[in-house]
Amino acid sequence: MNFRQQLIAFNTIMVREFLRFIRIWIQTIIPPVITVGLYFIIFGQLIGSQIGDIDGFRYMDYIVPGLILMSVITNSYANTVSSFFSAKFQRSIEEMIVAPIPNHIILAGYISGGVARGVIVGITVTAVSMFFSDFQIYSIPITLTVFILTSILFSLAGLINAVYAKSFDDISIIPTFVLTPLTYLGGIFYSIKMLPEFWQNVSLANPILYMINAFRYGLLGVSDIDTFTAIIIIIAFIVVLFAFTMRLLNKGVGIKP
Amino acid sequence: MNALKIENLKKTYRNGVKALCGVDLEVEEGDFFALLGPNGAGKSTAIGIISSLINKTSGKVSVFDHDIDTDSAGARQQIGLVPQEFNFNIFEPIREILINQAGFYGIGRHEASLRTEKYLRKLELWDKRYDMAKELSGGMKRRLMIARALVHQPRLLILDEPTAGVDIEIRHSMWDFMREINANGTTIILTTHYLEEAESLCNHIAIIDKGITIEQTSMRSLLDRLHVETFVLYLDKTIQEIPDCGDYSIRLLDGNTLEVDIHQSQNMNDLYKRLSLCDISVLSMRNKTNRLEQLFISMLNTGEAA
Repeated sequence: MNFRQQLIAFNTIMVREFLRFIRIWIQTIIPPVITVGLYFIIFGQLIGSQIGDIDGFRYMDYIVPGLILMSVITNSYANTVSSFFSAKFQRSIEEMIVAPIPNHIILAGYISGGVARGVIVGITVTAVSMFFSDFQIYSIPITLTVFILTSILFSLAGLINAVYAKSFDDISIIPTFVLTPLTYLGGIFYSIKMLPEFWQNVSLANPILYMINAFRYGLLGVSDIDTFTAIIIIIAFIVVLFAFTMRLLNKGVGIKP
Repeated sequence: MNALKIENLKKTYRNGVKALCGVDLEVEEGDFFALLGPNGAGKSTAIGIISSLINKTSGKVSVFDHDIDTDSAGARQQIGLVPQEFNFNIFEPIREILINQAGFYGIGRHEASLRTEKYLRKLELWDKRYDMAKELSGGMKRRLMIARALVHQPRLLILDEPTAGVDIEIRHSMWDFMREINANGTTIILTTHYLEEAESLCNHIAIIDKGITIEQTSMRSLLDRLHVETFVLYLDKTIQEIPDCGDYSIRLLDGNTLEVDIHQSQNMNDLYKRLSLCDISVLSMRNKTNRLEQLFISMLNTGEAA
């Protein structure tokens, strides 16, 4: 395939992935908006009003970046894991395997779908947050960089989960037992400075902590972690997961007997 | 040029099952080729390897001289596959399925739309183009897979039991369509359990059993090996005894029906004459079994005996 043909193939996968989650927007776009809306009301308005400022921001404003990024993480992940696994389950993945598409194009197509859903949900949740918070974006480049990189990273992670998954149960195990706890413990609702030193150090092993803090820096200008370090760590994770996913696809793990 | 060349192809699955133990095959460009074998013989595994859906254990496969190891994309570009089981997203509209498939081969949307219309019309699915695939009947789903396999205009079309579960009328229209595609230069490899289908459509044949090729030849030379054919004759009147027709082996099924074994050295005209001398007329006749079916079973039995 020449470059133009590869571009057409990429565009085909991207549009198909986009239409897939847009067609079922009630299942894909609305639930995270409702969930985050509830977080704003319960944690932000009701409980948050009992909590003082953190790093000079109202508690409601402080949790906004984490809640937005949590939606991006879960939706980017959910998009690739469900799309790739259902393609495996229905065997429609074979449509791409028999075609001469290079694996990096397939991977890029699925990532673009995950990023698209992450971006749309992220923007929607941000719009909802405007009803509860009146924050000003501190740095648009950092905000967008972290937003997109995080989305790419979790799209890759979702795809790896889908490659290994053998049943629909397998695609919910990682989000339930790994992703959600790490996200909650990644400093959405608190600053790790509020933790005892031991738990601060333990928290540093959580990769999601770096993403949430870098994103918080982009939106509010405050962070527990050095933002440059955080972005480097996110990029490093992306490189490693991309290489690993390419290896899985090249070997046909989970898709070719 | 060979459309397909397979040398000593072996496949052992992770669970230890040896699906292919050394398959050799050559299919010439433009041929209509039947790949036959009993269930579990390894046909679908071989097709899976040719079309990159299954990793081989060893051996060589090339499609129009594109080696699947060194030029996998080149080989895949040549192939259109209609697999045995439905493998499309049942929640996608069928027009979208075809346009997407064309896109996977790098065909732009405008050209893809034109080709989609052409093949959906050919396969009588155009009226259903906006329906989701799950809403189609079994026969329509089969035709959808054929249309999808053709949308990038492959040089080699592999049909793995394409007419399974399709009614007779549609099956015959699909046969005509396959003949037309083949006449236009597309090489076709067909696996089927309807042996009359293979006999009617194919020029060459290979039989795989237990993971090895036990026969590869032309359909004509294979059928020439059939020494005896059995016919059922329907008579114009009731008879009580088997008529004396010389060397013919005849059995009386009921008063109006005879079963006759005809050797290669014998002929039907002679049999009719002899029956006529006994004052018996034949109203109609049919082959008791399909000729290829008889051969197929005898070859598999010979293989088992060996």
